[in-house]
Amino acid sequence: MSESQRITLAVQRFHPEQDAEPRWQRYAVPYTPDMSVLEGLQYIKDHLDGSLTFRWSCRMAICGSCGCMIDGEPELACHVFLRDYAPGPVWVSALDHFPVQRDLVIDQSDFLEKLETVHAYLIPAGERTAAEGTYRQTPEQMTDYYAYAQCINCLLCYAACPQYGWHPDFVGPGALALLQRYNLDSRDAGSELRHAVVDAEQGVWSCTLVGHCSEVCPKGVDPARAINQNKPGSSARYLLDWLRPGRRRQEGSE
Amino acid sequence: MQAIEDIECDLVVVGGGGAGLRAAIAAAERDPGLRIALISKVVPMRSHTVAAEGGAAGVARADDSLDGHFNDTVSGGDWLCDQDVVERFVAECTGEMVRLEQWGCPWSRQADGQVHVRFFGGMTTQRSWYAADKTGFHMLHTLFQTSLRYPGIQRYDEYFCSDLLVDDGVVCGVLALEIASGKPVRFGAPAVVLATGGAGRVYGQNTNAGIVTGEGMAMAHAQGVPLRDMEFVQWHPTTLPGSGILITEGCRGEGGVLTNRDDRRYLQDYGLGPTEPWPRPKAMELGPRDRLSQAFWYEDQAGRTVPTPQGTAVQLDLRHLGEDRILERLPMITEVARRYAGVDPVREPIPVRPAVHYTMGGIPTDVRGAAPLSGLFAAGECASTGIHGANRLGSNSLAELLVFGRAAGEAAAEYAREAPRRPQRVVEQLATEALAPRLELLRNDRGERLATLRADLNRAMEQGVGIFRNEAGLEQACTTLAALRERLRRGIRLDDRSRTYNTEWLTAMEFGASLQVAEAMAWSARARKESRGAHVRDDAYSERDDERYLVHTLAYPGDGTGPVIDHAPVTVTRSAPRRRAYGAEGEAQA
Repeated sequence: MSESQRITLAVQRFHPEQDAEPRWQRYAVPYTPDMSVLEGLQYIKDHLDGSLTFRWSCRMAICGSCGCMIDGEPELACHVFLRDYAPGPVWVSALDHFPVQRDLVIDQSDFLEKLETVHAYLIPAGERTAAEGTYRQTPEQMTDYYAYAQCINCLLCYAACPQYGWHPDFVGPGALALLQRYNLDSRDAGSELRHAVVDAEQGVWSCTLVGHCSEVCPKGVDPARAINQNKPGSSARYLLDWLRPGRRRQEGSE
Repeated sequence: MQAIEDIECDLVVVGGGGAGLRAAIAAAERDPGLRIALISKVVPMRSHTVAAEGGAAGVARADDSLDGHFNDTVSGGDWLCDQDVVERFVAECTGEMVRLEQWGCPWSRQADGQVHVRFFGGMTTQRSWYAADKTGFHMLHTLFQTSLRYPGIQRYDEYFCSDLLVDDGVVCGVLALEIASGKPVRFGAPAVVLATGGAGRVYGQNTNAGIVTGEGMAMAHAQGVPLRDMEFVQWHPTTLPGSGILITEGCRGEGGVLTNRDDRRYLQDYGLGPTEPWPRPKAMELGPRDRLSQAFWYEDQAGRTVPTPQGTAVQLDLRHLGEDRILERLPMITEVARRYAGVDPVREPIPVRPAVHYTMGGIPTDVRGAAPLSGLFAAGECASTGIHGANRLGSNSLAELLVFGRAAGEAAAEYAREAPRRPQRVVEQLATEALAPRLELLRNDRGERLATLRADLNRAMEQGVGIFRNEAGLEQACTTLAALRERLRRGIRLDDRSRTYNTEWLTAMEFGASLQVAEAMAWSARARKESRGAHVRDDAYSERDDERYLVHTLAYPGDGTGPVIDHAPVTVTRSAPRRRAYGAEGEAQA
């Protein structure tokens, strides 16, 4: 392979045991046209600086591990190519809006906790035995939720969401898309249970329709649409609650 | 001395991929009061199951039968399968597929709402359940999300399990490192399920995620458990040159064809023809993976492959399927080909070549997933249940991780309830001893770079233990691997000596495991002086030899000069070995 071309990767470093503030470090990396930004980071790790820290695994945009900010945009590092940032430098830093554990590694526990609150699993109307076999679901019924089922939990949408940046309590685009994925599944009967999450202040009403989440999604999930599909129902429930005597809407958790 | 945090539980599951999640769910269902620790070095939905594309086998059609699945699996494995286990396996696949559907897995459907199944290599009829070409992704996320419903499952995401703790022949827990802090944690438990996946990363060209480095196998092996049938490594015939990114067999299941430089469907020249009618099962591009990868090797030797900047390739042509069908059935392949190969499969063929994909061998288990060590269970790719024999059929591994993940989870739950616990001070002592060499890695001031050693390991395996093997090459590989073991012993120098999220440290531990597994592969291959399934020799042993080698290979840890090889019988119940045939010859046989 030709090593005639080089590009500078400027990577934001932060080590909690050593650094008070994040700092930028530059590395000159030889590259070929087929090399992803992830492969650039791997080159640094293998040959220049073994302490550079980042997550990666599948290197084919399906495991969701390697999200980071590249030239200020949330991207999967395996999904974009060094050639497209020539002549460089390529600016690489941890995903916005998350605490940094080290270098490009963010603390994803907030998302994992939120995923548990949205009941992102099938809640059927009744138990179905193995002998009863599979549910019937037509291809048309699948299209209702199928796009939302493509979420790889890479968290690029959280890094793109200004609301999540300002109000980390916001359940956020990815988890709300997964909530909607199950609400729209013809086999599911759990939407009542999920209304509490949708209607809460941290639910769909925190979204201000910026829509950047859908633009950065590498899998075409369109979380902004999932959130907005929930707003009419949530409004109706809110009004009904006020109109019905003796069933005052409970105050929020503040 | 470094303090080790203590977590007491009843069952440890190591690995959060499909097998580990299925095992944890099964254990929680069997015994809701069980304290289950699910330890994974990545958050479960990052596990490599996520990258499986094509399908999961389970008899579904009226014109299919369990016998059909059994016979395809046994002949596909070149009769090295344990037939009693295959029988149990095929009987349970469909129920597991249904179960997953009831948990929400979006299997692709027919117009009437019934689940659809597709053709796969070496299978007599359509029996591979699929979710477009993201089957593993949807299975993994369904299992992960479903696992959230079970309060008995306590997850330890991003904990690196380094050692199995064994006292006097009985499992009593594991040692792990919390990656974020580098803090050591011992999990005391009478039962451990290893579900750590394969070891494809010992090779340079592979379809596997970076995490597929064989620790589970190495951990068991270090405790005296033999690794079984490790010479059987699967090359997937269709991967992108250079990266090794997988281009699913589902492409051929949908009717895709492979052509050489002269636009000839060259598989007709390797006992897989005739070319028409197409598509038809167990012929041409729907032959088994070992045969297809070997055919590529011959074409390459004969100069009939196509050059690409990342190496030679043949052409996978989908164009005749039409854009609508390609986008409906193979959306991810389309995206992957466009992005990573710069090729639009709607308009041009995808250049592909073989790369290492799957480890057929592993930790030997019985049908319940129990390994030959009290308290140890294994499931998924790290296990050798005996169903794959010398060559796994595509879509049998996703079925395997469900069937045997569940079996291992249930068996381990039952065992854990009855098993006596070792005293805490014993577990503590074992953990302290296991931790010392792990910490030592952070203190080395002298030594080679990890990347250098890894590159040498990859090269030794590619050169000496490749698609075709011979005595001289295998001997050289064994020598190189022994030298690598000595270089590792002399020390590697890490740039990173800190504890917080030190991935270089983890990679060093992974490397040690990979090397151990690689030695088992090379020594096992050397001891099998015949050709069978994915183990093919181009020296004096180019034929199958049932008289001497219708046996499993067992690689025991040696005394320092390399593994000690032994053999064990294969269970044959109702399918006597015969000539393995596909294409016209196979059709005549049937």
